[in-house]
Amino acid sequence: MSTVPALSIQGLGHRFGPRRVLKDVSFSVAPGDFTVLLGLNGAGKTTLFSLATRLYAQAEGTIRVFGIDIRQRMLECLRQMGVVFQQPTLDLDLSVEQNLFYHCALHGLARRDAAARIAAEIDRVGLADQRREKARRLSGGQRRRIEIARALLHQPRLLLLDEPTVGLDIASRQFMLDHVRRLCREERLAALWATHLIDEVGEGARVVVLHKGEVLADGAAAQLIGQMRAPSMRAAFESLVQEREAA
Amino acid sequence: MSPIHYLRCFGGITNREWLRFLNQRGRFFSALVRPLVWLVIFATGFHFVLGVSIIPPYETYIPYAVYIAPGLLAMILMFNGMLSSLSMVYDREMGSMRVLMVSPLPRWFLLSAKLLAGVIVSVLQAYAFLAIARIWEIEPPWYGYIAVLPALVLSGLMLGALGLLLSSAIRQLENFATVMNFVIFPMFFASSALYPLWHVKEASLLLYDICEANPFTHATELIRFALYGQLESTSAVVLIATTAIFLTLAVYGYDPAKGLMARRAAE
Repeated sequence: MSTVPALSIQGLGHRFGPRRVLKDVSFSVAPGDFTVLLGLNGAGKTTLFSLATRLYAQAEGTIRVFGIDIRQRMLECLRQMGVVFQQPTLDLDLSVEQNLFYHCALHGLARRDAAARIAAEIDRVGLADQRREKARRLSGGQRRRIEIARALLHQPRLLLLDEPTVGLDIASRQFMLDHVRRLCREERLAALWATHLIDEVGEGARVVVLHKGEVLADGAAAQLIGQMRAPSMRAAFESLVQEREAA
Repeated sequence: MSPIHYLRCFGGITNREWLRFLNQRGRFFSALVRPLVWLVIFATGFHFVLGVSIIPPYETYIPYAVYIAPGLLAMILMFNGMLSSLSMVYDREMGSMRVLMVSPLPRWFLLSAKLLAGVIVSVLQAYAFLAIARIWEIEPPWYGYIAVLPALVLSGLMLGALGLLLSSAIRQLENFATVMNFVIFPMFFASSALYPLWHVKEASLLLYDICEANPFTHATELIRFALYGQLESTSAVVLIATTAIFLTLAVYGYDPAKGLMARRAAE
């Protein structure tokens, strides 16, 4: 089994003009790992995702995907990645299937392969009956499921999800979490799940706490709770943030 | 990355552009109605006001409607180029631009493919206009319909590349009205689309120079000559050069390290 991390971030920094939004961020995600990037709004999670997906230019530090530096071979790295953005990105005027075929074409899949993968992925998210519906007609939760299905069509080995459950009801949130955890467990997919919702961390999850652009903690959730001598993940997170604010 | 990957990607982008176009029937009708209004109302009204002498490529006196038809074809391409750029701003605001940008192909290719896909849709509309315009006796020779294709594609690329460049600079959807006022209308009126430039020269030498420098004039003239099977080589060279400049600047504008995207993110 490969010991090369699916995602390795070392000394990553970023500024918007004079404002520093990421400072010396380092952590890694191993194949099969479900890692939660936990931080309040404005912590720098979306900036980190934008740097990893070439939407922003990276200036400080290194980002490696399966050992490949994204600055040197960005396109190869993008091929390995599936991304679910914080913003909804389906074309609402197109049908579910048309949206998915579009994604497959962008990744160079032949029509026949694309059709087979689309059928498999939308079946896995339980929306096979909606394949010909306009995306506009789907509920928020259904659209998110389709976005996860879409991110997996080109069979990436690393999945990046930026606040994928924002605005969803409890059942949809749980479905999304269970689905991605299952993919990590059964298919050794590496997932980085950014969220500000502490209850999404879950028992046994690995968590990276990001606050004001800095990593405050990195490890198993249970270990972190123990270190902080806190009764829950929420309490541990609040203690970490308070400690940093006081320092 | 194999050539077939590039081809499939281009096919996917074109297909999406086409589906969006089919889904927006109002866009199709307004793209056709706009030049037809000019042709039917404006050309009829000005028929006796603006005299058109015998100028190349025409070999005889022509009705005013025949004179303005190439400019109206260029107008279709310009509005589509700008609408395409509007859709880029919309895509960026709505997030679907991100889907395009994280696909594993070079950014210059993705932007060029988007540009060319838009041009294909525009050219089909231009031919639809030419077919309807036959009712008003806009009847170039049969070979003109073939010869005009490269002229329409090149003009569409130039105007689309300009739209792409503007879309990299426009921060919000609302700013598109500014583009209408400061780009589309001045480009259209300060060109040879509605009046021959010798008319303009008699009235104002400065305006004549502006019209001569306007790439929209060259798009109009390239189309005008191509409709009669002739090549306006100066216009072709100007269009190739301006397309290259606009596209290079647009790719720069969309470069997260250098262009306006980076500056916008910093704000």
